[in-house]
Amino acid sequence: MSTESAAGTPDPNDEHGSVYDGLLAHSDLPGDASQWAFGTDFEDPLAGVDTTVPAELDAAELAAYCLALGDDALVMSHRLAEWCSNAPDLEDDIAVANIALDLLGQARLLLARAAAADPSLVPTLPEGSPVPAEDALAFFREAVDFRNVRLVEVANGDFAQTIARLLLFATVRLGAFERLSSTDHAFGADPVLAAIAAKGVKELTYHRDYAGRWFLTLAQGTDESRRRLLDGLAAVWPLHAELCAAYDAGPDVDAVLDQVLAVSGVERPDVAPMSGAGHTEALSRMLAEMQVVARAHPRGLW
Amino acid sequence: MNARAIAAEVTDPEMPMLTLEDLGVLRDVREDGREVVVTITPTYSGCPAMATMRDDLVHRLTDAGYAARVEVALSPAWSSDWITERGRRALRDHGLSAPGPAPSRGGPIPLTLLPTARAVTCPQCGSARTQLTSEYGATACKALYRCEDCLEPFEHVKEI
Repeated sequence: MSTESAAGTPDPNDEHGSVYDGLLAHSDLPGDASQWAFGTDFEDPLAGVDTTVPAELDAAELAAYCLALGDDALVMSHRLAEWCSNAPDLEDDIAVANIALDLLGQARLLLARAAAADPSLVPTLPEGSPVPAEDALAFFREAVDFRNVRLVEVANGDFAQTIARLLLFATVRLGAFERLSSTDHAFGADPVLAAIAAKGVKELTYHRDYAGRWFLTLAQGTDESRRRLLDGLAAVWPLHAELCAAYDAGPDVDAVLDQVLAVSGVERPDVAPMSGAGHTEALSRMLAEMQVVARAHPRGLW
Repeated sequence: MNARAIAAEVTDPEMPMLTLEDLGVLRDVREDGREVVVTITPTYSGCPAMATMRDDLVHRLTDAGYAARVEVALSPAWSSDWITERGRRALRDHGLSAPGPAPSRGGPIPLTLLPTARAVTCPQCGSARTQLTSEYGATACKALYRCEDCLEPFEHVKEI
């Protein structure tokens, strides 16, 4: 990270300078931003995209919906990334990290779309902060302002529980994204959200298949793998109803889930939905870790 | 060389045997005097190579005396069908298996609980006896395979 003074002129000959200063623009050198791993300036995931909200949609409602979809992807991505170097084998370590990466990409697009539709959602940062809107939303909101469902925020549990959660999440999200991309959904009238959803459909298809295959494998594997899968499913099931209500994914979603359950010889758990709304304590703990560095350096350049 | 030709020569940072044009992510190059706007499309939503592609495009065009800007097109979503025939040859020449036709979309997306059926031949020895190791590889766009004859592992660019 460089110094916090974006306006100051770094000088490699100054006693307070560093060897990296030559890479930044200063008084007599243009600098070479491309020498940084990912450049020094921010890459807007919606650069050049027309983000005008269609007249038939309420901008604040559209933004709130995009924010909820974006928060789900961000928080789920973070949880899945916690499997990095911890998954049962290398292939699944890589697979889960790839799924997390897809969801992080969806989160960036959706948070950027939410910010463009309703700038009042974006937290105010100190003057001179280079933090873009999507990062301000991700790193500078309190847990209470996150719109994600509780299913994505609770701790991972073991691999079987993670697979059960991913199956529920990917199935419902894919169903909703199919509707959004086919204008079978009110917010599908927004061409930006419809495009994000159409792209997400392709990714979520792989996520759902991955989770479905592991669900079946664990359910029909050993007594121990089946026990863990049933326990994991029962642990996340109380949060399934809230997920379905938030996504309005249509009737096909239930049929897909029942298909996986039937092939796996697993019944829907007989446990009541978790009461209440808002968030569990798990989200605050997760955000504390995720946000701490960004919050410590609101004017930092990366 | 005009701006279009320069942009078309920039390569993918993770699969450098492919130009952005062969990968199908280069959607448009608008040239107005010395000002150029290049439009690219992401392969996957989270593809970290996008930032490098953008920087490489700006770098190369700036070196050629252009004032360049890179914009994003989200729709239509990228499909592996857009990889050109030349790109597919380059993949095979470098030991990667090229994607088959992308699944057509229409009606609900079917759930696939068995390993994806693909006719994948080993790019090392040409054997058709290959086995899927994982649907996810070192990058979002590739699956891992293993040849049952020469036993070499290899990567297959996925259909999306």
